Amino acid sequence: MGRLSLVAGRIALSLPTIFGVIVISFLLTRALPGDPAAYFAGPTATPESIAEIRHSLGLDRSLPVQFVGYLQDLATGDLGQSISTGQSVMSDILTRLPASLELTFLALFMSLVVAIPAGILAATRPDGVIDQATRFLVTAGVSLPTFFTGLLLLFIFYFKLGWAPSPLGRLDILYLSPPTVTGFYLVDSLIAGDLETFRAALAQLMLPSITLALFTMAPIARMTRASMIAALGSEYIRTARAAGLSRRMVLFVYALRNAMLPVVTTLGMVFSFALGANVLVEKVFAWPGIGSYAVDALISSDYAAVQGFVLSMALLFVTLNLLIDILYTLLDPRIAHEN
Amino acid sequence: MDRRTFFKAAAASGLAAANLPFLRNIAHAQGRQQAVIVTGGSINSLDIHRTGTNRPSYQVAVNVYDRLVSFGVNQRDDGSYTFDYSQVVPELAESWEVAEDGKSITFKLRQDAKFWDGAKVTAEDVRWSFERALALGGFPKSQMGAGGFVDPAQFVAVDEATFRVDLKAPSKLSLPDLGVPVAIVINSKLALKNATDADPWASDYLHRTPAGGGAFKVERWDPGQQIVYARNEDWTCGPVPAMERVIVREVPSLSTRRALVERGDVTLSFDIPNKDAKDLKGSKTVKVVGSPIANCIHTLCPNLTFEPFKDKRVRQALAWALPYQQLFDQAAYGLGVPLWGGDSTTPQDISWPQPFPYTTDLDKARALLAETDYAEGFEVPLSFSLDFADWGEPAAALIQDSLRQIGINVTLEKIPGANWRTIALVEKRLPLLLENFGGWLDTPDYYFYFSYLKGNLFNASNYDNPEMQTLVDETLPMPVDAPDYAPNVRRMIAIAIDDLPRIPLWQPTLNSAMAENLDGYEFWFHRQIDARPLKFEA
Repeated sequence: MGRLSLVAGRIALSLPTIFGVIVISFLLTRALPGDPAAYFAGPTATPESIAEIRHSLGLDRSLPVQFVGYLQDLATGDLGQSISTGQSVMSDILTRLPASLELTFLALFMSLVVAIPAGILAATRPDGVIDQATRFLVTAGVSLPTFFTGLLLLFIFYFKLGWAPSPLGRLDILYLSPPTVTGFYLVDSLIAGDLETFRAALAQLMLPSITLALFTMAPIARMTRASMIAALGSEYIRTARAAGLSRRMVLFVYALRNAMLPVVTTLGMVFSFALGANVLVEKVFAWPGIGSYAVDALISSDYAAVQGFVLSMALLFVTLNLLIDILYTLLDPRIAHEN
Repeated sequence: MDRRTFFKAAAASGLAAANLPFLRNIAHAQGRQQAVIVTGGSINSLDIHRTGTNRPSYQVAVNVYDRLVSFGVNQRDDGSYTFDYSQVVPELAESWEVAEDGKSITFKLRQDAKFWDGAKVTAEDVRWSFERALALGGFPKSQMGAGGFVDPAQFVAVDEATFRVDLKAPSKLSLPDLGVPVAIVINSKLALKNATDADPWASDYLHRTPAGGGAFKVERWDPGQQIVYARNEDWTCGPVPAMERVIVREVPSLSTRRALVERGDVTLSFDIPNKDAKDLKGSKTVKVVGSPIANCIHTLCPNLTFEPFKDKRVRQALAWALPYQQLFDQAAYGLGVPLWGGDSTTPQDISWPQPFPYTTDLDKARALLAETDYAEGFEVPLSFSLDFADWGEPAAALIQDSLRQIGINVTLEKIPGANWRTIALVEKRLPLLLENFGGWLDTPDYYFYFSYLKGNLFNASNYDNPEMQTLVDETLPMPVDAPDYAPNVRRMIAIAIDDLPRIPLWQPTLNSAMAENLDGYEFWFHRQIDARPLKFEA
């Protein structure tokens, strides 16, 4: 019992959610006002050529028939063919999702490294210098639109100073992508033992991930500060202090561990909106990620690609929520014993 | 210290260690005759015949495949190069002969032309490729149709080196239509080896693997990121390209593309906005080359299904009320060809596009409107596509301001690209819109065919005029030196001026920014990058 059954229960609960996502994404894409057949008929389209394309895309069949076809394809792991990239949606997602995830993870890592210590320090001296400085930094970070921050960083570090490499996507023109294992260039280049490519990939990642990190710092730092203040003011901390435990012990073992629960929750949410904010960063840095893929697919009414994107995101978040639930049980033993 | 010296100093002192491979890369690139091009569009297929292939992908057909014929190239007064529609030149065909009755054209293929795999290019390859263009339907079929090719039986492989097209009726568009990007010649034997029963035209294969004999081969294609072309050393249909490799990277953000070309990290930024073209004109490191886009006009289209626009005088009132000069300065940034303030309502020549005889005259506009049932004015939404928001947005705002002064209240509506085609061009239900049609084949009657005839795609105004229909039907196949051609075209232009289903604003330009030492850039009607003539100056 306990942890294992909790995980199994959560997985069972997510199945209806996923089915719901499939139905809704299917219906929503069909409700888009654009007509992919007209879009792809090209500059000299005639009504006949549009009809031919509609037929070849299977869009002249009734909705229920299309839906059953879609479910059958899904059952065999086939997400369909994207018309705007000309690739199978599965291969598109497999190449683009790692690009976005690598960027998001690195950005979140940077963000955590700065925001959590800043939040803790701010909580220990509320309204002190560090608190004010943190407040300024995170407010600026979250209120500047990411494409603006991105362009500003590009202007300074690439255009004016020439420190950053040309913003041409995941690797500069000189380098070939490392053999795919995980799809994360940093990891794959290390696996291949190619340090030069690793450095090149990291250099390309710096500006976009800093851009994204600036944007995601605010909620993490604010939440850390608030829950640390709450924890530090609680009775068990007073008891711990009264018992003469060291300041370090009180702060990191008693206060921090209790304060981390809401921070972990926030982290899940920050991750999801960081993936969303990716779109603009991807456009500025020519990053071949999933966000710009989804937007382009939406603009060209590319049904299969939009559905594939929504579905993979749904799966990603179900997994993420599951991980966070499991993390909870580690941080808060009460949850595992609830049942 | 300027940024270059700083950069050097930083590199020398080891500060910019991470950049060293990058510096080496530039030196590398120039030594090896390698061009790096950035564009905003994304290639979605290497096969132009495939359903769903988008415009940016047409560049693959241009660079990787050969056609039977191509067009000549002229140098313009400013030193830039542009294609010459009047001059059809050999590409894969060595020579051709039009039958006396004009109902067939016989091509002799080059004897030394080979596909990349070494197979000789035969008439059967040509026949199969053209039949494929018709069989796969959609855009290739309708473009072939424009040249009078509608039935596979029209294509005849006479012998290995002789290919003939039979025409239902002679047409001046037939020969030039074989020089457009869709009329490519594919290695049919190689393609057929990869065809299946479900896919008799090898669409799945050619989608990812081009099979041709053109000047470049595709070395690498990473969808959504880049395409890398490598020179075909054995190309015989023209001079072997100077560039050993051409890398085309997709960079969606305009600002990023501009920074890249300004810093000299890329060789060419293709199709830049007018604003950047104007800003970069004075630059020392970058040169900007722009050409007016042949047979293309940015227009304001009043839809004749919208009640007030049924009255010709209301449409003319619109034309008198437009702030042409302001539009040209603020929406086109002064780049393009003005199409207002012409001399007379009866055209003197058949040059196209040519200025219409309207100027900004609000009194005239008010007087015309006062004669109609709409003296009090009316309300109308003005729509434009987000795809051309760079000029559409400022133009729409200026038009809104100006029309308010004659009592027409305009609301602005931006429409996303995919929906635009459906709503504006297929359903044709926007009351007032900005439109930018340009014809590949550069004759005025071709323009009128697509945009002034009932039911045709770019006639977003729902214009219907039997006289125009008869004129176009008669003139379209006629050779340009036929006695009736010029009078017919003049009549079409006169109708367009008086009836005004489309109000011309200006003729746009296509601008590109490139390294100072890049030479040979050519403007083509297909508005894609032709990498074959590019070279670095010695």
